Amino acid sequence: MGQYFQKEFETMPVEQIRELQSEKLVKQVKHVYDNVKYYRDLMDEKGVKPEDIKGIDDLHKLPFISKEDLRKSYPYGMLATDLKNCVRIHSTSGTTGKRVIAYYTQKDVDMWDECCARALTAAGAGDEDIVQVAYGFGLFTGGAGLNGGSHKLGSLTLPMSSGNTDRQIQFMMDLKSTVICCTPSYAAYIGEVLAEKGYKPEDNHLKAGIFGAEAWTEEMRRDIENKLGIKAYDIYGLTEISGPGVAFECESQTGMHINEDHFVAEIINPETGEVLPEGEKGELVFTALDKEAFPMLRYRTRDICVLTREKCSCGRTFIKMCKPMGRSDDMMIIKGVNVFPSQIEAVLLNEGYAPNYQIVVDRVNNSDTLDVYVEMKDSDFSDKIKDMTRKEKELSGAIKTMLGIKPIVHLVAPKSIARSEGKAVRVIDKRKRLGITI
Amino acid sequence: MAIRQLSIFVENRPGTLADVTDAIADAQIDIRAMSMADTQQFGLIRMIVDDVETAKQKLIDRNLFVKITEVVGVAVSDEPGGLARAVRIIADAGINVDYLYAFISVSKKNAYVVIRVDDNSAAEKLLAENGFTLVTEADISSL
Repeated sequence: MGQYFQKEFETMPVEQIRELQSEKLVKQVKHVYDNVKYYRDLMDEKGVKPEDIKGIDDLHKLPFISKEDLRKSYPYGMLATDLKNCVRIHSTSGTTGKRVIAYYTQKDVDMWDECCARALTAAGAGDEDIVQVAYGFGLFTGGAGLNGGSHKLGSLTLPMSSGNTDRQIQFMMDLKSTVICCTPSYAAYIGEVLAEKGYKPEDNHLKAGIFGAEAWTEEMRRDIENKLGIKAYDIYGLTEISGPGVAFECESQTGMHINEDHFVAEIINPETGEVLPEGEKGELVFTALDKEAFPMLRYRTRDICVLTREKCSCGRTFIKMCKPMGRSDDMMIIKGVNVFPSQIEAVLLNEGYAPNYQIVVDRVNNSDTLDVYVEMKDSDFSDKIKDMTRKEKELSGAIKTMLGIKPIVHLVAPKSIARSEGKAVRVIDKRKRLGITI
Repeated sequence: MAIRQLSIFVENRPGTLADVTDAIADAQIDIRAMSMADTQQFGLIRMIVDDVETAKQKLIDRNLFVKITEVVGVAVSDEPGGLARAVRIIADAGINVDYLYAFISVSKKNAYVVIRVDDNSAAEKLLAENGFTLVTEADISSL
């Protein structure tokens, strides 16, 4: 049996969880119907009234919210409370360049922080631990989520943000960090730099790491565990629902427990929208039961996944989700950032290039790489190297402004990108050969 | 006065230069001067040939990305300091040289160089005023 941050909920008998979910759902649907016109219209269109939702068994009657709905309702359309009640926003990149903005009241932040505190506790952290948060801080939820969770837990929190690896290692060694939170690729990189500096895995004081925001394999888990001499835990979340901590791994490392007192998970057939029975593979859908400011009902994550409820050795009763096995759309996750080919295309058009391009994603030394090949027009050609490299740099900068990550741009000759049936192959994700499903 | 140069864009990977030289060879075109510049991502091949229009068309036929650029051709005396005098004149006029390369054929007393600057005619005028002989396209075929 493990340690719990909120034992009462984390080990609640399944029937009680369902009762709690039912009670919260009825209230939440009314809250959303009364305050979010966009969703009220969706319900009216489907002919569903709040009083039709009497409990969790009626959840399937509600309309879905898609990423497209969030784009259409940008920036305030899904807000369910007065802005004056909100204390923070976070944001994620969305389709066609419009970002998704999620709002939080203080209560929303507290709930999210508690979810992260549960994840940290499940990874063996407590108030005597020193938690190094090496996720990015800012609009991205990674840094803020684990930082908040570590505070709730009473651990000493090092809000490092990502990057500056030498400083990460200096603090890790000098302050004797015991838990690290970052993307798995960054953890692997830190492990490599530690080895280069002559440190052995046992030289650091880390005992556990919580790694999420990008896809990673069991092989990568073993690699990180060996390099850092720790136990590596997975964590799942998305900005639309709150952030990291929607689900987290326990010591058994056999899937992530979903915080079911706050979130209801469903698996649907992505084509028909039909709810699938437990154990079947389909698209993961979340309903946030306690969110005040940005309450998603039946939000389609586009993650393909399986849910299983089995007795877990850790004693938690929460249902478990497997690592997402793929996506139901063309979104890629590169360095933890959501990237759609359409965003890159929008930048190219905006910068005066034709939309003939190819995106090549790979993972080199456990870090994602993004290369964008762009066909030039005759007028883009110059016999001067400096003109050409300037164009590449400008385009790379413009894409970075859009995505938040910097690609290597390669200008190529017209019609040189391979086309199949007249259409250029847009994305080559070489990470797939490594067995990583994105 | 300026001479026309072929500028060819190639990706920086094996075989792309051979595609260019094969096209030129098959067309029986003679290369008079040539340079290659590369970055990690791409290369630029620049050449002066005896029949620029035919060469351009042959390269386009092979799906190569080619453009004609005007450059300055100048004869410098083939002795220590010959090039230095020409470059100094351009430098003192505040003209930036983008690139420069030498002709493959040389006469007994002169070496020929290709110079690419932003303002070709200003450079030509300066060099001529200082007693340098400029190379014309007609000169190229007789080299």
